Amino acid sequence: MTMNRETLINTIIAVAFVAVPVIAMGMNEPFIITLATKVAIFAMAGVGLNLVLGFGGLVSFGHAAFFGIGGYAAGILASHALNYEPIMESPFLIEGTTQMIVIWIVALVVSALVALAIAAITLRTSGVYFIMITLAFAQMIYYFAISWPAYGGEDGLSIYVRNGFPGINTLDPISFFALCAVMLGIVMLFSAVLIRSRFGLALQGARQNPQRMTAVGIAPFRIRLVAFVISAMITALAGALYADLNRFVSPTMLSWHMSGEIMIFVILGGVGRLFGPLAGAALYIILEHLLGSVWEFWQLPLGVLLLIVVLFARGGLVGVLAGERKHA
Amino acid sequence: MFSLFLEQLLNSLQSGLMLFLMASGLTLVFGVMGLINLAHGSLYMVGAFACAAVAAWTGSFWLGLVASLMAAALAGVLVEMLIIRRLYNRDHLDQVLATFALILVFSEGTRWIFGSFPLFLSVPDILTGTVVLPGALEYPIFRLAIIIAGLVVAVGLFLLIGKTRLGVRIRAGEADRGMIAALGVNIDQLYTVVFALGAALAGLAGAFVGTTQSVQVGMGEPVLILAFVVIVIGGIGSIKGALIGSLLVGFTDTMGRFLLPHAFATFLDPSSATAVGSALASMLIYIVMALVLFLRPSGLFGTEA
Repeated sequence: MTMNRETLINTIIAVAFVAVPVIAMGMNEPFIITLATKVAIFAMAGVGLNLVLGFGGLVSFGHAAFFGIGGYAAGILASHALNYEPIMESPFLIEGTTQMIVIWIVALVVSALVALAIAAITLRTSGVYFIMITLAFAQMIYYFAISWPAYGGEDGLSIYVRNGFPGINTLDPISFFALCAVMLGIVMLFSAVLIRSRFGLALQGARQNPQRMTAVGIAPFRIRLVAFVISAMITALAGALYADLNRFVSPTMLSWHMSGEIMIFVILGGVGRLFGPLAGAALYIILEHLLGSVWEFWQLPLGVLLLIVVLFARGGLVGVLAGERKHA
Repeated sequence: MFSLFLEQLLNSLQSGLMLFLMASGLTLVFGVMGLINLAHGSLYMVGAFACAAVAAWTGSFWLGLVASLMAAALAGVLVEMLIIRRLYNRDHLDQVLATFALILVFSEGTRWIFGSFPLFLSVPDILTGTVVLPGALEYPIFRLAIIIAGLVVAVGLFLLIGKTRLGVRIRAGEADRGMIAALGVNIDQLYTVVFALGAALAGLAGAFVGTTQSVQVGMGEPVLILAFVVIVIGGIGSIKGALIGSLLVGFTDTMGRFLLPHAFATFLDPSSATAVGSALASMLIYIVMALVLFLRPSGLFGTEA
C-alpha cells in the first residue's frame, strides 16, 4: 500500500500519542500521562459516535447516555463488591466485582440493550427529530440518575480503588494508559474492519442513498439499528474506563454537555475519518489544558475556535491536514 | 387537597406558558429557516440577566423587563447577522455544533461579566402578596400575573402570525422560501426579524422565570431541552403544535411530580414511594414524547419528518 497523506498524518498522530506519555514517564510527569489516558478514553467514545455520525450519517446527540451507562456499570459493580452487598439474591445471586473484564461485559450488554430500545424508537424518525429525540432520551436517563438515590443521585459514586485487570497494576499511571491505549487500538481496528466490510458499505450506502439501498434489497433501518447498538457499546466501554480513570462516576457523565463534547471530538478531528476522534480528543484536551492554565474562562475562546472550525475549516483537523476524503 | 390540586394546576399552566414563549421562537426559526438553534437557551439567559442587572441598577422591574426584551432581541440580531446566517444552508450537524459553540461563548461570557454567583430578581411591589382563589387557596399575585402575561403574549403571537403582513410573510417563508424571495420579499431581512422575534420571546420568558427562580449561568439549558421536547411533540415548525405541546409538557411535568409520589404511596411505604415516584416523574415527559413519536413520528401537528 502506498503511503498517502492521510496515512502519514495518522501515523504521526499515533506515534505522538504513544510517545508523549512515555517521555512524560521518563520526566516523571504523571499528570501528562493522565491527560494522555483521558485522550485515549475520549477518543474511544468518539470512535463509537463516529460510526453512526460519520459513516451512518445519524446525528446522535445522546451518546452521553451510553458513556454514563458504562461509567455507572463500573461504579455500581465496584461499590457492591466493596460493601460485600450482592446486587440481587433472588432468583439467583449476582455479586459486585472489581474485575474490569466483568465490568466491561456488563457495560457492553446493558448499553446494547438500552441502545436497542432507544434506536427502535428514534430510528423511525430522521433529521432534526432524530437529533432532538436522542438528546431527550439521554436527558431521561440523566434525570433518572439524579433522582434515584440508591447510587449517590446528584452527588455521584466514588470508586475507592481503581478496578483491576489480570497481570496489570492499574494504579500505575503508565500501565493504565497502556491498557486504555491498547483498548483504543482494538476498537479502532475493529471500526476500520467494520467500515470496509459488507455491513460497513451498506451503512455508508444507507447514508448516501437510502432509496437505492432499499431497491437493492437492504433495509436501512436494520443496518442503522445494528450500527447504533455497536456504536453505543463502544462508547459505553469508554465510559467504564473513564469512571476508572477518575475513580468517580456522576450524572455529569450522562449530561448533554458530555454528548456535545463527544460530538466535538469527532468534528474537531474530522467526521468519518478513522483517526478523527483521536486527533479531535487530543486537540480538545491540549486546548483545555493550555487555555485553562492561562484564563479561567477558557471555554469562551474554545467556543470561538469551534465556531471558526465549523464555519471555515470543514473536515476538521485531519481534513485540513490531509485534504479531501478520497471516498466520501 | 382541592386547593393544593388547584395550585398545582395553575403552576402547570404557568410553566406551560413560559415553555411556549421558548418553544414558539424555536419552532418558528426551524420552520422558516430550517435551523436547529441550541443557543436559544442562551437568549433566555441573556433576557434574565439583562432584567436582573437593569432592575438592580434602576430599581425598576418594568425597566428590567423592557431591557430583557431589547437585550435578547439585540443579541439575536447580532448572532443572526454574524453567525447564524452562514448556517442556513449547512446540514444539521454543523448547525448543532456551531450553536453549541455559541452556548459556550454566551455562558462563559456571562460568567466573565457577572461572576458565578446567582442574581436575584425581586417582584415589583404592586405584584407582591397573594390573592385568595376558590378553595381558600392563597396564590401569589405575581405568578398569576405571569400566567396572564403569558396568555397575552401567546394570543398576540397568534394574531401576529395569523393576521398581519409580517405573519403572512413568515407563513409563506415556511411554505416556500424560494418563492417568496422571487416575489420580492427581502428574505435576509425576514430571517433576521424572525430570529429577533424568537430571541425577544425567549428573553421575556427568561425575565419572567428569573423572578421565581435565581438568575444564573446555565439556567437556559434545562428549559431549552424541555422546549425541544415540546416542539418534537407538537411537530416542528407548527406554532399551534408548540402551544399544545407546551401545555401538555407543563401539565405532565408538574402534575407528575405532584401526583406520582401520592399514587405510589397507596401501595408502597412512604420513603420508597417518594423515591420511585419522583424518579418516574422526572422521566415522565420523555416517556410521553416517546409515546407520541411512536404513534406519530413527526409530532402531533408536524407535516414532514
